[in-house]
Amino acid sequence: MMLDQPGPDLPVAAGRVPPAIRLTGLRRHFRGAPAPALDGISLEVAPGEVFGVIGRSGAGKSTLIRCVNLLERPDAGRVEVLGGDLTAEGEAGLRTARRGIGMVFQHFNLLASRTVAGNIAFPLEVAGVPRAEREARVAELLPLVGLAEKRDAWPAQLSGGQKQRVGIARALASAPSILLCDEATSALDPETTTEILGLLADLRSRLRLTVLLITHEMAVVKALCDRVAVLEAGRVIEQGPVFDVFTRPRAATTRRFVAEVIGHDVPPGTLAALPAPGPGEARRLLRVLFAGPHSTRAVVSEASRRFALDLNIVAGRIDAIGARPFGIMALAAYGVPEAVEAAILWMRGLGLTVDELAWEEG
Amino acid sequence: MLPWLTPMLEDLLVEAALETLVMVGGAAAIAVLFGLPLALLLHATAPGGLAPSAALNRPLGLVVNAVRSTPFIILMVAIVPFTRLVAGTSIGTGAAIVPLALAATAFIARLFENALREVDRGVVEAARAMGASRLQIVLKVLVPEALPGLLAAITVTLVSLVGYSAMAGAVGGGGLGDLGIRFGYQRFMPEVMATVVLILILFVQGLQSLGDWLVRRLRRR
Repeated sequence: MMLDQPGPDLPVAAGRVPPAIRLTGLRRHFRGAPAPALDGISLEVAPGEVFGVIGRSGAGKSTLIRCVNLLERPDAGRVEVLGGDLTAEGEAGLRTARRGIGMVFQHFNLLASRTVAGNIAFPLEVAGVPRAEREARVAELLPLVGLAEKRDAWPAQLSGGQKQRVGIARALASAPSILLCDEATSALDPETTTEILGLLADLRSRLRLTVLLITHEMAVVKALCDRVAVLEAGRVIEQGPVFDVFTRPRAATTRRFVAEVIGHDVPPGTLAALPAPGPGEARRLLRVLFAGPHSTRAVVSEASRRFALDLNIVAGRIDAIGARPFGIMALAAYGVPEAVEAAILWMRGLGLTVDELAWEEG
Repeated sequence: MLPWLTPMLEDLLVEAALETLVMVGGAAAIAVLFGLPLALLLHATAPGGLAPSAALNRPLGLVVNAVRSTPFIILMVAIVPFTRLVAGTSIGTGAAIVPLALAATAFIARLFENALREVDRGVVEAARAMGASRLQIVLKVLVPEALPGLLAAITVTLVSLVGYSAMAGAVGGGGLGDLGIRFGYQRFMPEVMATVVLILILFVQGLQSLGDWLVRRLRRR
């Protein structure tokens, strides 16, 4: 529905580099389910990019990520990873391909019968890497995820955050260039979530990883992702650079997700408390996005003076995504109808994004 | 050693205890040997398993259930021709191992299957995601992860076998149960019966404690 708007800095958009992951027309309908889990999904993830897929539970995101390494075989569509068509691979080819794709799970999925080192070495063991090499690699990975002290601990002795660190080290053991994160922080408390997101961000840039993650938390997308796709009922309803989706969400679902994190919906009860418009006066509810060169200008007071308006700030927030600051403000504007209209045009002329919000009491 | 028994009875008791040990140990060893592959096959061919196949799973499950639902005393008599084929005879301690092993295999296969089912599906999925083959998943994930449960199943089977082996007297298998029936009951020697029961209780207690201890040791990590 919505157009993909990758930023200019993304190589895929410029057509220079082939995508690390390309999904084309994925469909999956589970037997007995009333609706398909995936209903024609196409996505491209550029090399080195962190791509987030967000959706409510049941939106199909789990099925989607499990289709990327073909843990789940789609009914139709193609899965290409690093240029190779996985959907065309047999069992043996698939096993080899999977070794180049790390995966981190919501519930860690560690082997209780193995120590931390044993868990991290597991993918290497499966791939037939000799013992000495395995041990060397484990010794390399442990400090990378901050678990140097826990080499011989059993998973049962670790906290959730430590378990996920093991999960991450294990996913990286065979030095994959692609990392899939299946709700990697959803089972963790907020503090640990921040910690793990920090670790992922660090590893991503240090190891030049391409990351595809699914989540139901917009905060994860905001903290980690370059681009995001919003999934609903097995379809991508909106996608684009995180900054754009956050500052200009289009679909209703996206707005709700964004509101969770930056809350630029008008707080309930606020509108009812506002005065009614005077005779001959218009009253409009505007949402103004400050991003770009004029974000520091005193736009509100200037507009008020120039157009003889009363501007009532009913909600506002200043935030940053990927070091790009932005402000969002909801304004109740009172004034002569033509003056309000002129003020909107003037603000748009300054490069601000002005949307009209519906005046809904409540 | 036991002042309330004559030396001859003491000798009989030792002999019977050894026979019980041989029957229980032998049948259990065979049951584990055949029961584990059987359980893995049942587990793998079940819907959603590593190699789902209703054509294999259903008949296999049916046979296992059939053996399990036949009362042991009847099973023992019913398979006499088979016992003769395997053991060369249908009488004696060795011959008694055959029906005991058969019953125990079916029994332990279900217990093993349950233990395997307890292994978190997510762990199996993680192994698949890391490129493990099905054989690797069985050997490196399913069996090691299910080990505490498998050990518990072996303990339960051993304890059940001690009970079953008491019936082996019906085919001349000997053992403690047989001694209890022949001397304690049929010859009105309550002191023999009491001793037999006491030894059986100690036997079962010992097995259970050992099994529990091993399982605890494994689970702690």
